[in-house]
Amino acid sequence: MTKSRLEQKIREANEAGRKALIPYLPAGYPDKERFWKELSALDKSGADIIEIGVPFSDPVADGPVVERASLQCLEAGVTLDWILAELKKRKGGFKAGIVLMGYYNPFYKYGLDRLAADAAEAGVTGFIVPDLPMEESEDMTKALAARGLDLIPLVGLNTSEERMKLYADNARGYVYFVSVLGTTGERTSLPEEIAGRLAVAKRVFDVPLALGFGISRPEQLTTFGDTIDAVVFGSSLIKHLDQGGDSAGFMARWK
Amino acid sequence: MQMLKKGYFGDFGGRFVPELLMPPLIELEEAMGRIMPSPIFQQELGRIMADFVGRPTPLYHCQGLSEMLGRNIWLKREDLAHTGAHKVNNTMGQALLAKHMGKPRLIAETGAGQHGVATATAAAMLGLECVVYMGSIDVKRQSHNVRRMKLLGAEVRPVESGTKTLKDAINAALRDWIAEQRTTHYCLGSVTGAHPFPLLVRDLQAVIGREAKRQFMEKMGGKLPYMIVACVGGGSNAIGAFHEFVPHGEVRLVGVEAAGTGELGCYHSATLTKGEHGVLHGALTKLLQDKHGQVEPSHSVAAGLDYPGVGPEHAGLQAAGRAEYYCVNDTQALNAFQVLCRTEGIIPALESSHALAWVLDNAESIPRGEHVIINLSGRGDKDLDIIEEVLGI
Ligand SMILES: Cc1ncc(COP(=O)(O)O)c(C=O)c1O
Repeated sequence: MTKSRLEQKIREANEAGRKALIPYLPAGYPDKERFWKELSALDKSGADIIEIGVPFSDPVADGPVVERASLQCLEAGVTLDWILAELKKRKGGFKAGIVLMGYYNPFYKYGLDRLAADAAEAGVTGFIVPDLPMEESEDMTKALAARGLDLIPLVGLNTSEERMKLYADNARGYVYFVSVLGTTGERTSLPEEIAGRLAVAKRVFDVPLALGFGISRPEQLTTFGDTIDAVVFGSSLIKHLDQGGDSAGFMARWK
Repeated sequence: MQMLKKGYFGDFGGRFVPELLMPPLIELEEAMGRIMPSPIFQQELGRIMADFVGRPTPLYHCQGLSEMLGRNIWLKREDLAHTGAHKVNNTMGQALLAKHMGKPRLIAETGAGQHGVATATAAAMLGLECVVYMGSIDVKRQSHNVRRMKLLGAEVRPVESGTKTLKDAINAALRDWIAEQRTTHYCLGSVTGAHPFPLLVRDLQAVIGREAKRQFMEKMGGKLPYMIVACVGGGSNAIGAFHEFVPHGEVRLVGVEAAGTGELGCYHSATLTKGEHGVLHGALTKLLQDKHGQVEPSHSVAAGLDYPGVGPEHAGLQAAGRAEYYCVNDTQALNAFQVLCRTEGIIPALESSHALAWVLDNAESIPRGEHVIINLSGRGDKDLDIIEEVLGI
């Protein structure tokens, strides 16, 4: 199999001596028009991969900030069809890799084969599905692989080494390491046990590791050194936009 | 990878949860297999069921209704179980399991408040801490049960997100469980959610059907009933009543869902009758959703039926043709509620009134003189505020 474009993106950043930057923004946030402007701004200001949130009515793994943002997008009429159609118009317009992050039901309802075909056509490179553990992921992995798309696994502080090894058998793109035993949202401090668990993950996975959930300041990462290859931020970016900031300003502090 | 899949009933079930919830689900599955079959656990649970919950509950032959309908109507009296509904069968079992697992804290979601009261009761009785999540709309319409939970020492946390009803309370409880899994057992209230919950709750509720079968056969000289009827919210009381009879193909199993106001375009809770394949709260099941896969709000005059999903085993039984599912609307349920009050001197829960209403309105389809067991899942004391408002009495 060819090397994943998402993995390439992260390795390129690492070779340039920095961690890859992966911002997350719910599709249609803060509104349906400005979203695409922010997406371009993120792309131009150094995002290596952009995770686009596909809003869902029941976002179980999300904290209050992402939940509120994605319900607001739903009310504004954002759908998976709209996201894919708009992306298709802009295909080739982004340097960053594009990943869709969303709960399983809208994808399942869309039809997995049709989803993979339309996503590939729209320039999407991978998917993150927080409520699809490996036990249930075979159908989606197959459908995506047929179009060269990656399903990014999530692991966490409570994932055993045995489970990580099972994930490692199929991992492509990168692995999303969830930094807290909890939902998305900023934290003032990260749990001490992260370093030890990341070391295990580093040993088990060949693909890059991205750390996400609860990250808002570069200082939070200083202790992790080379164990992580990329960093994901969602809630802190949403808040920054809510408080009148722009994407370029947000990205600047991470460079 | 396919071999790792677990907890399926035909095409339905599974474990569609964040990876962070897989370890506690596997831990629970392991504890279920190791602790629950042990003689110590079984004896302790048996004692609690007999002396605290009040089992066996009676199987009652309704004189007045049977004469009125020309069919023999029997009620399995779960309304006479402690706390007033079948929910306590499940919570006592899960709370005892949690205690044996060394988890000092229980969380639960509740719609009608009945499962919250039953969890708070089990927690108080076994010395566990208890937090109950409840949609803020349900907090208002079931205030009687909110007061009961507080008296029992539970903390009730109103949920303001989404539709502010049961499904959102489940989301909030799942988030709590992700964060507090090391000390906390999530005492799920129905045969819904990720494996092993549909099995765990079914096994704890199966006592309803086991007792009903024994009681009926004793009274009727070894005969089996023609039909078992139960209302379906998440589906726990119905699966509990059905399970023992599933292998007896000649016994008809009928689940009754809530059609809401019954007007075209209005919200309802008839998931099996009108839903489509979908994934919510950890299971692939039938689901009320729009064409984009967003979960639709549900409605019923009975708060305990007001849920857009349903236990995956019911979806499996329906697909296999083993159980039949129908729906009745708010008005039919309210009518049945009044009929039972006046003819039998029993005030049923609005949820159970749905099962009763289907039998009242479809008696003609049942052969004359045949025997029908209706699972009376709970009593209606909790519903008096709604009844007074809707019926203006
Ligand atoms: C009295 C009563 N019956 C039925 C139900 C429906 O739930 P289930 O279908 O899971 O038994 C409830 C739920 O709260 C209830 O309180």
